[in-house]
Amino acid sequence: MTDPISLSVIDAASALRRGDLSQDELFTAYRDRAAADDTNSFTWLADDLRAGLGDRDRAPGTDRPLAGVPLAVKDLFCVTGVPTASASELLRGYRPPYTATAIDRLQHEGATILGKTNQDEFAMGSSNENSAFGPVLNPWDRTKVPGGSSGGSAAAVAAGLAPAAIGTDTGGSVRQPAALCGVVGLKPTYGTVSRYGMIAFASSLDQAGPITRTVADAAVLFRAMTGPADRNDMTSIGWAGQAAGIEVPSAERLDGVRIGVPTALLGEGVEPGVRAAFDAALRTAEGLGATVVEVELPHARHALAAYYLLAPAEASSNLARFDGVRYGNRADIGDGGLVELYTKTRHDGFGAEVKRRIMLGTYALSSGFYDAYYRRAQQVRTKIVEDFRAVHEQVDLLATPTSPTVAWGLGERTDDPVAMYQADVTTLPQSLAGVPAISIPCGLSEGLPVGLQLSGAAFSEQRILDAAHALEQTLGFDVTAAWMPAPPASRPAPSASASTGKDAA
Amino acid sequence: MTAYETVIGLEIHVQLATRTKMFCGCELVFGDPPNTHTCPVCLGMPGTLPVVNAEAIRLGLMIGAAFGGVLAERLVFHRKSYFYPDLPKGYQISQFDEPLVAGGRLGDVGLERVHVEEDAAKLTHAGASGRIGGSTSSVVDYNRGGTPLAEIVTLPEIRSAEQASSWLRLLRETLRQLGVSDVNMEEGSLRCDANISIRPVGDTELGTKTELKNMNSFRFIEQGINAEVARQTALVEAGERVQQETLHFDPRTGSITSLRSKEGSHDYRYFPEPDMPPVAVPDELLQSALAAVPELPLERAERFRTELGLHEESARLLAFRRALGDYFEETLGAGGASADKQQVANWIGNDLVRRLEAQRKDDEAGETDTDPAQSKVSPAALAELVALVVDKKINRKAGEQVLDVLVAEGGRPQDVVEAKGLAAVGGADELRPVVQAALDANPDVVEKLRTGNMKPIGAIVGAVMKETKGRADGGEVTRITREILGL
Ligand SMILES: [Zn+2]
Repeated sequence: MTDPISLSVIDAASALRRGDLSQDELFTAYRDRAAADDTNSFTWLADDLRAGLGDRDRAPGTDRPLAGVPLAVKDLFCVTGVPTASASELLRGYRPPYTATAIDRLQHEGATILGKTNQDEFAMGSSNENSAFGPVLNPWDRTKVPGGSSGGSAAAVAAGLAPAAIGTDTGGSVRQPAALCGVVGLKPTYGTVSRYGMIAFASSLDQAGPITRTVADAAVLFRAMTGPADRNDMTSIGWAGQAAGIEVPSAERLDGVRIGVPTALLGEGVEPGVRAAFDAALRTAEGLGATVVEVELPHARHALAAYYLLAPAEASSNLARFDGVRYGNRADIGDGGLVELYTKTRHDGFGAEVKRRIMLGTYALSSGFYDAYYRRAQQVRTKIVEDFRAVHEQVDLLATPTSPTVAWGLGERTDDPVAMYQADVTTLPQSLAGVPAISIPCGLSEGLPVGLQLSGAAFSEQRILDAAHALEQTLGFDVTAAWMPAPPASRPAPSASASTGKDAA
Repeated sequence: MTAYETVIGLEIHVQLATRTKMFCGCELVFGDPPNTHTCPVCLGMPGTLPVVNAEAIRLGLMIGAAFGGVLAERLVFHRKSYFYPDLPKGYQISQFDEPLVAGGRLGDVGLERVHVEEDAAKLTHAGASGRIGGSTSSVVDYNRGGTPLAEIVTLPEIRSAEQASSWLRLLRETLRQLGVSDVNMEEGSLRCDANISIRPVGDTELGTKTELKNMNSFRFIEQGINAEVARQTALVEAGERVQQETLHFDPRTGSITSLRSKEGSHDYRYFPEPDMPPVAVPDELLQSALAAVPELPLERAERFRTELGLHEESARLLAFRRALGDYFEETLGAGGASADKQQVANWIGNDLVRRLEAQRKDDEAGETDTDPAQSKVSPAALAELVALVVDKKINRKAGEQVLDVLVAEGGRPQDVVEAKGLAAVGGADELRPVVQAALDANPDVVEKLRTGNMKPIGAIVGAVMKETKGRADGGEVTRITREILGL
């Protein structure tokens, strides 16, 4: 029989349904691997299958699409009774009284929680080094960062510690770690997945999405997480795409698909190795029938500046509730008063990057500065939204490298926040525009994975998934290369035009 | 010496009478044990999100419609940030540059705006003063946290403490009759802050204002404003300047103390609430709000005055106390078109209300209205009683005796009249001999009357009353006297 951990979500789910595999067997296989993890991907592991079902008094079903599939869930998702800290010292040990809607829907489809994954504190970071639980190591090279903020989720999938993970993406936090870890990451259209129960970073940007080994798995998990609008979340639209709902992608060709490349946006920051893999992927797309054209996103170059005003502004307000009064860790203030309680709790509880962004955001919202910063950034955002609308009159999809660089060394950028922020330069425009985007691995540079980002108009997830699937099949990147022994001959051959995972294995 | 003019603007917070809170499904109950009506949302637990209560918006729109303000076409919320334990999220969800209602007017005072927001939780400070200064610990009850509020802001058009308090009474009655709030000041469902400044009479620029916080009775509002005006006047006359600050009036001592000066004032860092993007006000909600606005006290008073011919005072009394106004209109209906409307108003507004209020001992604060509809006196009975008096079937004194019986026992006025023998000494035919006898017995009085001095007629009336055991009508006696004497 095949090793259960080699199975994709879809294959594992059908093996479980057929009875080829038991739910406990699958859970234990991953639980054992995760317990022996040396990448620091997890912050908590479920003791058994039932613990990962949440607080339901129900036996794990066998009739549901995801029955028995264990998922790694980013720490910031609230799950009843399960430690949920958003990787912050301030919330270490906090156990929420309710479960996030996205996770609840996955559990309703039969999925179980294997564990909570490490992340940057309150999702603020691009390297997963800002965590109260310590940094996560990249499974491809344990001296490198996994990307962030969903670094633990991406690393857990890349290291074979879970068949799939759930992350969140505010400015690239699903796509960029997926790219740096050589796995698939989907950021859906803003509003398609409920934010209820996600500990907020930036409300107008946060969006949950799956991190998987295959594009098809991402489709299946996204389908489970979306659905009708959530009555607990006024920003929730639910699935507003095609009436039939998300289908498992099966496209093999890209005939008639118009792909735009915002050349100006790529600029000089993109590493040559990344650029080479990206260009090779474009040629592969053309080989599959796509047309590739240059496009303009005139305002996208301001996305970084706008994002680093808007997101910290919202964060400074969202994080005001962490005051030590009702939950979380309250600092010992002796005879001190209310101001000492607030100051010391927040001083001790928040890490440096979180404090930096709270200060940035507080400043941007301050009386006298609001118009120059927050309002201006909102205006830029509106322009970017318009850019994306206009560009999708011309092309179906946009393609960029997900990250201008491959994974960098641990500690390399921690003293230079601006360099760290630059890591998101190609993912931020889509976040501000609220449109869906996927990252799939498209090759290697210096032995490390390169991600290809494909994005589209709002609610064009199906088109993105179809195109990503066709490319994935042809590119033949081996997502298990970081942890599986030498691949069997039956695996798809690498594409002739791109450097792929095979080379590194 | 310079004369000063007082300029007052009011900010009134009204708890809206919804079943549930502004942004979550927790029930609103006053007086339950602390922290029994809370949920992750109103406790500001991580990951929770607000969902706006449509009923609160409907009630806010009703207020706006009642004031004739401009109703917003879309709902836009802002976050108002400050740290305090009564604010679980570290910000209050409120409205900022797009309030639900802009402008409007109630009576003699124009309105700047009405916006909706969530109430803070209730803090109780341990210690003698009950205030934060000097207390060693505080406890929080989040039951109140998240209660829907409408904040009503007036223009600075009020010129005296008395005007402020009488306008507030009008506002309270209007809101009560709208049915949007319990408007109970003691329970805090109506709270008032006053912005107060003074300026030399004739000046058009506003002086530096102070804000007097949270006065919870009409009396305290008047006292507080007067005390603050006196304080400001004394300052200015002593050549000092009024500082912009927030003040507290202590009704026990009459003293005014500073809560916080402007230097320490907050930068609330308002910004659009990203968890609730702007949404259009649904047309059904708007229509339902507009349809729900009843005739309001000022309109009703105007109708009573112009259409029914009531005196100003009666019209206001009956319109401002809805139970009285309703009873009045029912009585008119029961008495037919012939009813003397002012007489009906007098009998309800004076005689009946006085008797009913004397019966009540349970509601000394007068927070709830006396409702004649709950008494034993039916509108039909009252209509009949007034008709008996107006038609001079009984005199007023007798009418009052009948009313005493009706209030105590109910029944029909005619039956009471018969049972007690209160029928008036019939028409002129029956009364004329009695009047003639009285005139004959008082020639000195007749002599004075003949000279045009009508003062002594009381003696004739008294004599007739004595003879008829009080059943005669005084006016009729006077008329017959004049007739006999040819005056
Ligand atoms: Zn609640």
